[in-house]
Amino acid sequence: MRLLALLQPLLALLFAPLLPGVINRTKAFFAGRRGPPLLQAYYDLGKLLRKGAVYSRTTTWLFRAGPLVTLAALGVALLLTPLGRLPAPLAFEGDLILFAYLLGLGRFCTVLAALDTGSSFEGMGASREMQFAAFAEPALLLGLAALALRGGGWSLSSLLSGLTEGLPGGGPALVAAAVLIVFLAENARLPVDDPNTHLELTMIHEVMVLDHGGVDFAFVQYGAALKLWILGALVVGIVLPLPPGSWGLRAAVSVAGLLGLAVVVGVIESCLARLRLLRVPQLLVGAGALAVLALLVALR
Amino acid sequence: MTLLLIALLLMLAGGLAALAAGRSAWSARLGAGGAVTGGLAGLAAALRVLLGGTPESVRLPWSVPYGSFHLHLDALSAFFLIPLFLLAALAAVYGIGYMRKAAHGRNQGPSWFYYNLLTVSMAVVLVAHNGVLFLTAWETMSLASFFLVTFEHEEPRVRAAGWMYLVATHLGTAFLVAMFLWLGHYAGSLDFDTFASALAAAPPAAAGGLFLLAVIGFGTKAGFMPLHVWLPEAHPAAPSHVSALMSGVMIKTGIYGIVRALTFLGALPAWCGGLLLAIGVVSGVLGVLFALAQHDLKRLLAYHSVENIGIIALGLGVGLLGRAGGLPAVAVLGFAGALFHVLNHALFKGLLFLGAGAVAQAAGTRELDRLGGLLKRMPWTGLTFLIGAAAIAGLPPLNGFASELLVYVGGFRSLLQPVPRLVLAGAAVVGALALIGGLAAACFAKAFGIMFLGEPRHADSAGAMEVGWTQRIPMAMLAGGCILAGLLAPWIIRGLTPVLRQLLPATAPEAISGAVRAASALERIAVTGVGVLLTIVIATLALVRRRLLADRPVTVAGTWDCGYARPSPRMQYTASSFAQPLLDNFHALLRSRRGGTPPAGIFPAPSSFHSSTPDSGQRYLFNPLFARLAGLLGRFRWLQHGRVHLYVLYIAVTLLALLLWKLGGS
Repeated sequence: MRLLALLQPLLALLFAPLLPGVINRTKAFFAGRRGPPLLQAYYDLGKLLRKGAVYSRTTTWLFRAGPLVTLAALGVALLLTPLGRLPAPLAFEGDLILFAYLLGLGRFCTVLAALDTGSSFEGMGASREMQFAAFAEPALLLGLAALALRGGGWSLSSLLSGLTEGLPGGGPALVAAAVLIVFLAENARLPVDDPNTHLELTMIHEVMVLDHGGVDFAFVQYGAALKLWILGALVVGIVLPLPPGSWGLRAAVSVAGLLGLAVVVGVIESCLARLRLLRVPQLLVGAGALAVLALLVALR
Repeated sequence: MTLLLIALLLMLAGGLAALAAGRSAWSARLGAGGAVTGGLAGLAAALRVLLGGTPESVRLPWSVPYGSFHLHLDALSAFFLIPLFLLAALAAVYGIGYMRKAAHGRNQGPSWFYYNLLTVSMAVVLVAHNGVLFLTAWETMSLASFFLVTFEHEEPRVRAAGWMYLVATHLGTAFLVAMFLWLGHYAGSLDFDTFASALAAAPPAAAGGLFLLAVIGFGTKAGFMPLHVWLPEAHPAAPSHVSALMSGVMIKTGIYGIVRALTFLGALPAWCGGLLLAIGVVSGVLGVLFALAQHDLKRLLAYHSVENIGIIALGLGVGLLGRAGGLPAVAVLGFAGALFHVLNHALFKGLLFLGAGAVAQAAGTRELDRLGGLLKRMPWTGLTFLIGAAAIAGLPPLNGFASELLVYVGGFRSLLQPVPRLVLAGAAVVGALALIGGLAAACFAKAFGIMFLGEPRHADSAGAMEVGWTQRIPMAMLAGGCILAGLLAPWIIRGLTPVLRQLLPATAPEAISGAVRAASALERIAVTGVGVLLTIVIATLALVRRRLLADRPVTVAGTWDCGYARPSPRMQYTASSFAQPLLDNFHALLRSRRGGTPPAGIFPAPSSFHSSTPDSGQRYLFNPLFARLAGLLGRFRWLQHGRVHLYVLYIAVTLLALLLWKLGGS
């Protein structure tokens, strides 16, 4: 089982770029378009990896280091991420704090790389990213704390694999809602950020990486896909019960769950408009309130 | 102990020699030389006790009533001495180059004398084992730092800051005097050795009352909200190497005082832990919020000291709750996290203040919105400041993360106990630390990003030049310390075991070492392991990119500004605009003042905007309080009319009254 768990990060590395493809296909379906191919993200990555590089003369070494550190931090976080309710290869009590802070390290480097360009648009995106993350982090950790109160171990893996019953009710449902909001905000999805917008003024994540190109941009895009997978796996782990059976079957169900989540994101993006920027903190504080509520329910 | 005494004498001698050398160039060399040699000797003495484990003691003759010159170097003192001597030595080396420019040809002798005196008095505070000696050293420390803060006393702002600091520190000391008098009342002596046994016989409420006095008295020095008001005034006013020493170590003497009090106040009730926890939440969250609102780099750093003191208080609170609840695992995590954070904060805050001094000298301003693009002009300062910023923001695998992780895990452990009080405390710790972490990362993304990245926003920073070697080397060593203290965290935690035994006298030594081993194993995987893994992955990715780009065109162009043809540095985002959306959410707490003329009409005239965030504690608590006090005390002004013969009369009448009282009593 432990050895097989090592295959999970591999699954993520292989299939993560599929998630944006599924989201875009779902959105195209709702809009009555044919949409880009499912594998579009792979084609983009392949093309970007074959390109040269253009750097702004304002930038320093930090701009070039940003995408590397961000991707590396996400790669290490991947080792801590359970695939749905399947335990991660690396699990210990306290790993959920490391998990949250590795995401923080990635964000910090992305933001600094954005500020390094001296562009006002990227500064705007950087400011928003840090603002929303400051509200999302307590919601995520308090939500996980609420799950920890149900007993059993409190490493990320044992939290999720400890949820043995079927679909969540009560506390875990509240946590699922909170983590879903964090998932949408951290991945710059609607209703927090519109990845399809063409107006730099309103972007958050996309505007921060405007100046990256070629190989660097491939790293950024691949990192974004990994982040979608990592936080998505938490949502799936809380929501989706696993059938008894071999590791292969359970892993297949979990991956299917992730793809299902991508469809749900596509549906959300097709039905919702972006919130005004001033409203986003309220949404995230709402997620925090849900997490606190889950804590209270668990105490009962 | 001899080694420690030699270290202190070396420092004193260096200080006196600097004073004597006066205006000559030797004053800096002698002063810093004394601080460095004394610091190294002191480090050796402290490490020997911490690793060897046998406390050392010395009593020198001293004819002061109730006083005895009793120095006692145990593990707790030794642990606090390490950051003190380390930072004092490094900041002194930095001070040589810094003062050459900052003194403007003025006599540096007194400054170096007070610097060394401050270091020696802090060391005596940490090893004093008698109430009178402790208070004497405490007062010396406060006065020496007062004279250091007011070094540039021709500026009215500096004089005001110094005055405020002097008042605040003496109000705090008043509570300490009361605490020691109360303790002496039970023990019949002011020797620390006698306190623990005397308090065991005292009524249980006494321990709580003494604890409150300690929290107020020591908390004023440490900078607990709302007693922190002197901190954001005094730290920016002082020369940068002094700010580093004051913020990195001096405010920790307040933490030391509270921890020392915990060793002799006996089994304190759980509400004491809850109080520290509440102070930690308030100081941590408000400290970082006020830091975000600042435009002045050193004020920003000073508020971050309040935040970090808050994190330390959170750890102490968790430890105390665990101790009161009989949970050694929780207590060890809380106390170990707090103590480790004391060391770490000394490293990164010392580094950041030194970096701030370098920037202020090179660019001629500390206003964040006038800086920019300094990483290209000051690569050493920039890189070390970045490491310090990442460490203070608690990012793995640096030392700030290593200590915050322990407090976090302590919070989670406390959350999982079947006691409602502990669950509440745990949830508060986790929620507060998560919020503080996110806000601190935002604040340092702002500070570093605006200062060092992008293009210069003003002509000052465009002409900035890197500082000299004497200033670069201490910064590089502190940055190395931040990395090492993270990677070596598992072993540093083990070194804390004797200190933890002192703090948990009622717990079995095996239970403590078991909990320490568990914490050390956690650090090994979460900090050391992750650090190594991150380095490998980053290096691999860098190699991959280099391979891919090897035979392809890599060109340089202007920043893409969405089709706008004439981008200028003035269009960049500023520190104020970076922080403003975040701060708007907390307007109820911060009450920033805004002003200026907004653009109006179709062809707007030049417009302006300015904002400032004065301290809420000062505005809404202390200013009204002192205004009221001044009104009340003004009624006694008729006693003071400046006629000397009347004052002589007062003295004579008082003496007569005392004499009569004494006669009547006997």
